[in-house]
Amino acid sequence: MRTSHVKFYQTGTFTVGNRLLSETERSVQSTLERTNALNSGHRACQGCGEALGARYAIDAAMRATNNQLIAANATGCLEVFSTPYPETSWQVPWIHSLFGNAAAVATGVAAALRVKGRTDTRVVAQGGDGGTTDIGFGCLSGMFERNDDVLYICYDNEAYMNTGVQRSSATPPTARTATTQAVGPEPGNVFGQGKNVPLIAMAHEIPYVATASVADVRDLEAKVTKAMSMHGARYIHILVPCPLGWGSAPHDTVKLARLATESGLFPVFEAERGEITDRRTIRKQVPVEEYLRLQRRFAHLFKPVLQVDVIARLQAAADRNIRRFGLHGQGEL
Amino acid sequence: MLKQIEGSRAVAEAVALCRPEVICAYPITPQTHIVENLGQMVKAGEVDNCEFINVESEFAALSVAIGASATGARAYTATASQGLLFMAEAVYNASGLGLPIVMTIGNRAIGAPINIWNDQQDSMSMRDAGWIQLYAETNQDAVDLHIQATRLAEELSVPVMVCVDGFILTHAYERVDIPTQEQVDAFVPAFEPRQLLDPAEPVTIGAMVGPEAFTEVRYLAHYRQMQALWLIPELAEEYEQQFGRSTGGLLRSYRSDDAETLVIALGSVNGTIKDVVDKLRDEGTAIGSVSITSFRPFPAKRLREVVGQARRVVVIEKSLAVGIGGIVSTDVRMALAGAGLPVYTVVAGLGGRAITQASLREALLKAHRDVLERLTFLDLRHDVIHREIERLETQRRSGPVAENILRQLGSVADHIG
Amino acid sequence: MFQVRIHGRGGQGVVTAAEMLSIAGFLEGKHTQAFPSFGSERMGAPVMAFCRIDDKEIRLREPVMAPDALIIQDTTLLHQVNLFEGVSDHGYVLINSTRSMSELGLDDYFAEHPHIRVLGVPASQLALEHVGRPLPNAALLGGFAALTGMIRFESVAAAIEEKFKGKIAAGNIAAARAAFEMVNAAAQGAIA
Repeated sequence: MRTSHVKFYQTGTFTVGNRLLSETERSVQSTLERTNALNSGHRACQGCGEALGARYAIDAAMRATNNQLIAANATGCLEVFSTPYPETSWQVPWIHSLFGNAAAVATGVAAALRVKGRTDTRVVAQGGDGGTTDIGFGCLSGMFERNDDVLYICYDNEAYMNTGVQRSSATPPTARTATTQAVGPEPGNVFGQGKNVPLIAMAHEIPYVATASVADVRDLEAKVTKAMSMHGARYIHILVPCPLGWGSAPHDTVKLARLATESGLFPVFEAERGEITDRRTIRKQVPVEEYLRLQRRFAHLFKPVLQVDVIARLQAAADRNIRRFGLHGQGEL
Repeated sequence: MLKQIEGSRAVAEAVALCRPEVICAYPITPQTHIVENLGQMVKAGEVDNCEFINVESEFAALSVAIGASATGARAYTATASQGLLFMAEAVYNASGLGLPIVMTIGNRAIGAPINIWNDQQDSMSMRDAGWIQLYAETNQDAVDLHIQATRLAEELSVPVMVCVDGFILTHAYERVDIPTQEQVDAFVPAFEPRQLLDPAEPVTIGAMVGPEAFTEVRYLAHYRQMQALWLIPELAEEYEQQFGRSTGGLLRSYRSDDAETLVIALGSVNGTIKDVVDKLRDEGTAIGSVSITSFRPFPAKRLREVVGQARRVVVIEKSLAVGIGGIVSTDVRMALAGAGLPVYTVVAGLGGRAITQASLREALLKAHRDVLERLTFLDLRHDVIHREIERLETQRRSGPVAENILRQLGSVADHIG
Repeated sequence: MFQVRIHGRGGQGVVTAAEMLSIAGFLEGKHTQAFPSFGSERMGAPVMAFCRIDDKEIRLREPVMAPDALIIQDTTLLHQVNLFEGVSDHGYVLINSTRSMSELGLDDYFAEHPHIRVLGVPASQLALEHVGRPLPNAALLGGFAALTGMIRFESVAAAIEEKFKGKIAAGNIAAARAAFEMVNAAAQGAIA
């Protein structure tokens, strides 16, 4: 967390203990006034990274706006598990319209607030990777391009989990999904496809773009808070492991997110107006194999034969991220 | 104030008088002039407190309107043809959420083959989407119906499409009486939403509904729209009292009282039909016509009353249900079920083909003598289709149909009609 | 009802001509209706526009099939498009040209239709002189007013002022006036 000068680390983790911080620096989740934007009782799976990420993100956004927040949600897991009729987990005014239009709906909300003179009320749009990088991409790009006053949060679990784990443009190479099965000469998702939406967002030169993960929720809170202090189009892309889709243990969700960032596979950085302004450096680079081994979607890389070449290609991708984003902490940004 | 202006300009002025708060614009012929005019008015500061947003697609246009409407703003957009299809998912969504958005449709054909000219296939494709659909016969109607639509939508919390024939009305310069701001303000009160995204009172809009309640939610959508069957005439009457002009409510009949043959149509073709009816009446043919303004909800009861003692009904349709024939006719038949009347379907004006008095007259006279085919394509060029059918039968790789036909016909500008 | 059909090419102000004519009629308290033949917006493509003038409400929406007056803005269309289709035997034809009818190859047509009143007006030239661009529409409307007597010149001028501003409006009005006077002079010449 950037607001903290003194860092204390608990044994075996890099998490900052709240007890060791002054009250003003403590996390949103540790405050008594936390809003529980996504309240308990929802229908998410055990160990759902998206539920975790959404609660932290929206709680932080609510605190940053003094609870004057409206959320637009794309169709997807988050929408389905949070609003089974006639119940809702949302403690914010919340609208779900369609799979591909959350960004545009949020634009409409923001426009209405502007004409109503309600400058204190802010707007968040949110969706999964399918609703963001694929079907909602047109609306997202339009919202960016117009610099509408919306923070869009993508919870990236790297596939269409709500419909039963199908490939999206955020699915990594070699990952097994229902539409990229682990069969044939090149099992799983292929190399050389997919898109990096944070970089595409930066190409729109919007005020703020950031990536984050549920491994470092303090960083996530800080980025949401920072985003809410700004106006115009903002984008935060959060890696949220999915035990169901990834074939991982529910208790490994945070660990996997950490391994993704510490291996370099998921670079964590911030950018303003198209330029990278900060990144989370990796203290101890983890081999990608450690990350891959915990997930059944990559099981074919290890059994029946260890796919040394394929793993090396994934390692090369991680190394490239480290170089490209300066994640080793050296050199210019 | 009486003005001689383009239909699109008239619609834009009417919309502006309704004090829209969020307008979403995406260009598509023949609707474009409407949003261009509105954009100009907003930018010039002639519309108070209004956001004009240039979006990246029709899908986004209606989606922005959905967000704005749910946040309590009076939202408006306009589209046509492919644009309406591209936003189809949001069309159903807006009505499913019960958001009172008003949208103009500049009626145009749907491709392929791509065609920018007028018919009503676009709005017909959305007839079951839960929107009220009003069809304008003239540009004066278009003005008056937009003002009524705003009030209608908000009273029922149901979105309304005002369908205006592309080019024929949208691009026609004709005399239009534009009411004053005071008049419109007196008729259209400020928007009081039934549901609102408001941090002071958080609600969840758009939750998932399973089999246990989906039927009830859908029934209520039907129930709300059916309320328009009394509200539309009521508003039309109030409008007439305040503005001195009748829009006729659900439908308008013309010389129908003792008519043996009754012609039914939607939109601008009713003008030409009335001229034909007058001429046939002069010749002693007992014929009348009905212009349906409200296609959704469908005014079945009113239609039965108007049809009365008629012996047959002819539906002039600017759309085609491929594989069955008429779209409007199906509803007319259902409304008149049990009356035992023959209902003739005349598919006309597809993709901008001119509906001429001469062709209408011939078809209607045939119908009057009960010698018209039950499904007739007005002015269908039999030579053209026979040649192409022959080609299809004799050549496996017969090529694209549209291009084959164009090769036979030459360019559009070669012909007047 | 008096019906007018205007032929020209995209970019020559054909549609604007019909619209101005409708405005001119409106200003005289008549019911008028103008509409284009609805094409894609392309320069140079054949374009038609229509105008109806009547003392009562105009309900008819078909294209003008049987015009009482035909305005031809571009003579390159003469033998490409069936311009004369449906023209009333006692109608008017106004052609933007400096050439004679026989030079335009129209002798046969007008011999077959002796009661059609036909006149050429150098509308493009007048526009070049007065506006600086060869847009013949306003000048032709001036000619139309003189040829048919359906509308007054003042109404044409007022309609031009509704569509254009400042110098362009003034130039177009001057071109229309020149055509109006030219046609009037030609008509008097014919009588004399």
